[in-house]
Amino acid sequence: MNVIETKNLKKIYSQGEIKVNALNDVSINFKQGEFTAIVGPSGSGKTTFLNTLGGLDKPTFGNVMIDNLDITKLKANKIIDFRLRNIGFVFQSYNLIPVLTAKENIEFIMLMQGYSKEKRNKRALELLDAVGLSKESKRRPGQLSGGQQQRVAVARALASKPKFILADEPTANLDSSSTKNLLDIMYDLNRKEKMTFIFSTHDQRVIDRAKRVITLEDGKILSDKIT
Amino acid sequence: MRQIIKIAWRNVWRNKLRSFIVIASMILGLWSGLFSASMMSALNNQRINSAIKSQLSHLQIHHPSFQDNYDIKYQINSLNEVLEALDENKKVASYSSRIVLSGMASTARGATGVKLIGADHINEKNITDIHSHIVKGTYFSGSTSRQAVIGQELAEKLKLDIKKSIYLTFVNENGLQERLKLKVVGIFKSGNSMFDGSHMFAKKDYLDKIFGKKDIIHEVALVSNDINQVKELKDELLVAFPDNEIELWSEISPELGYANEMLSFFLYIFMTIILIALSFGIINTMLMAVLERKRELGVLMSVGLNKSKIFLMIAFETLFISIVSVPLGVLISYITISYFGDVGIDLSIVEEGLEQFGMGARLYTELYLDYYINITLLTFLLTFISSLFPARRALKLEPAVAVRSI
Ligand SMILES: Nc1ncnc2c1ncn2[C@@H]1O[C@H](COP(=O)(O)OP(=O)(O)O)[C@@H](O)[C@H]1O
Ligand SMILES: [Mg+2]
Repeated sequence: MNVIETKNLKKIYSQGEIKVNALNDVSINFKQGEFTAIVGPSGSGKTTFLNTLGGLDKPTFGNVMIDNLDITKLKANKIIDFRLRNIGFVFQSYNLIPVLTAKENIEFIMLMQGYSKEKRNKRALELLDAVGLSKESKRRPGQLSGGQQQRVAVARALASKPKFILADEPTANLDSSSTKNLLDIMYDLNRKEKMTFIFSTHDQRVIDRAKRVITLEDGKILSDKIT
Repeated sequence: MRQIIKIAWRNVWRNKLRSFIVIASMILGLWSGLFSASMMSALNNQRINSAIKSQLSHLQIHHPSFQDNYDIKYQINSLNEVLEALDENKKVASYSSRIVLSGMASTARGATGVKLIGADHINEKNITDIHSHIVKGTYFSGSTSRQAVIGQELAEKLKLDIKKSIYLTFVNENGLQERLKLKVVGIFKSGNSMFDGSHMFAKKDYLDKIFGKKDIIHEVALVSNDINQVKELKDELLVAFPDNEIELWSEISPELGYANEMLSFFLYIFMTIILIALSFGIINTMLMAVLERKRELGVLMSVGLNKSKIFLMIAFETLFISIVSVPLGVLISYITISYFGDVGIDLSIVEEGLEQFGMGARLYTELYLDYYINITLLTFLLTFISSLFPARRALKLEPAVAVRSI
């Protein structure tokens, strides 16, 4: 079953006279439980693609169907609410609210969704355990390493029980052992909880772990391989 | 909501130095505004109090026509009933019944228009404080009857000194000119040179003897136990004695009452200007705080914080700054104003200039509770308005753009 279907996605940025085709007619589907890497050189459109999938950005043409709902047609406040309930995001950096502890960051999303206090507490502790940060629950982002911060970000993305998680170069700022650690955790979650991950990267070691690799170039799909 | 408030509160303390500077400037601004207001208010009150004590008293009763041109025949109507009513009224602390003669004071060296107040000089001490402002001689003494106590400016104009004679020419009840000869026994300086240049006091017994009767009274000046009751007292007396003119100090000297109203209006304008300037500082700082957190706000929007929550968060951050600084600023102002209200501020450097307006050399700062409360409310109102600008700016951020920008 397809979680995401895109049809003829185009995104044209205009910088004065110059028009940039950041996405050029991208039609592609993602299934439940995928572990997919979006690769391609810098400027190939990876970020634009992920932002469009997550409804952060509206395509110039085309549709993004999530469980058969066209999110490009949703109004601004509706889409925020939709994201809150269906899509988990992990960015390259600045993922966490700096003034909240690791645990509070995770609970925050659930609070927005209206979970009870007990549920929030229980799930936050479970998730911290899943990303191996039980001991760091009371630390604020500033007191965590880059790798730890990204793991909290993954835990937070999971907290809302999304349909899939979009991660834009989640390992770009991490050293190799942190990168491996984060990928292990993501891989485990994918295997055990069937969580769908779609992440962009240009790190070969990350690409090697993916089950499907989609290569973008100049906003077009160059290849789509299942390994 | 509670979570948003919690985050906003913690955000305020992220950049401690910056928040501290904004808070300190708010406190300083509030303090300097309130303190200057208290000085202005004190100057004004001092002027009013000195006028009340040396000339106006709280309330005066006259014949309705007397003050038109001080005609000697316009004496208080139903005098005995009036005095009886005053004796019985608990709001009245004391009163003095006076003969007031308007005329020409002269010596061999010159002449000038004056008002002679003839009162029981012992009782008069309860009403006016002229007796404590004698700079030369005494405030009446012994039993000689032709004594006069005159203002310093008047003495200078007429080149008078104590033990010298002064003549007062006035029009008597029959419309004829009459002349009194008095001897200066004391010279006073009330602090208001205009008053001191045109007033003199004499013993009432002596004037009674001249007129041959005791019940010529043009003016009753009274002091109440509580100046706030005077308006009520006036209304009571007006009901009982509608055929007399009964005036509050602010009506006798409308320019003083008017100055009082103007001042409180002016003080609000003054404070509003200071507060608006402070608000600009807050807006500027908070706009900076929003713009440098673009990326973070973008992430918040991406993970499900909707616009109204972002708006609230930024608005609360701004409000918290004033919630911290306003009570501190008001408290510090209150403490310093109370302190200088007790010990006073030495104004001797500028004393000469102030004196002719009836102001003393020491200033005791004071500020009404109303003013504190209104300024506090006004500050919150203005910071609330200021908080809307940065919050609105945050709303304009597009998550896709915000997450890209570093
Ligand atoms: N806001 C924007 N305005 C104009 N051009 C943009 C904007 N965002 C991205 N682009 C352009 O779109 C193209 C794709 O960018 P991006 O999706 O960030 O690529 P990647 O993430 O693969 O590096 C690039 O040529 C980039 O310069
Ligand atoms: Mg990118």
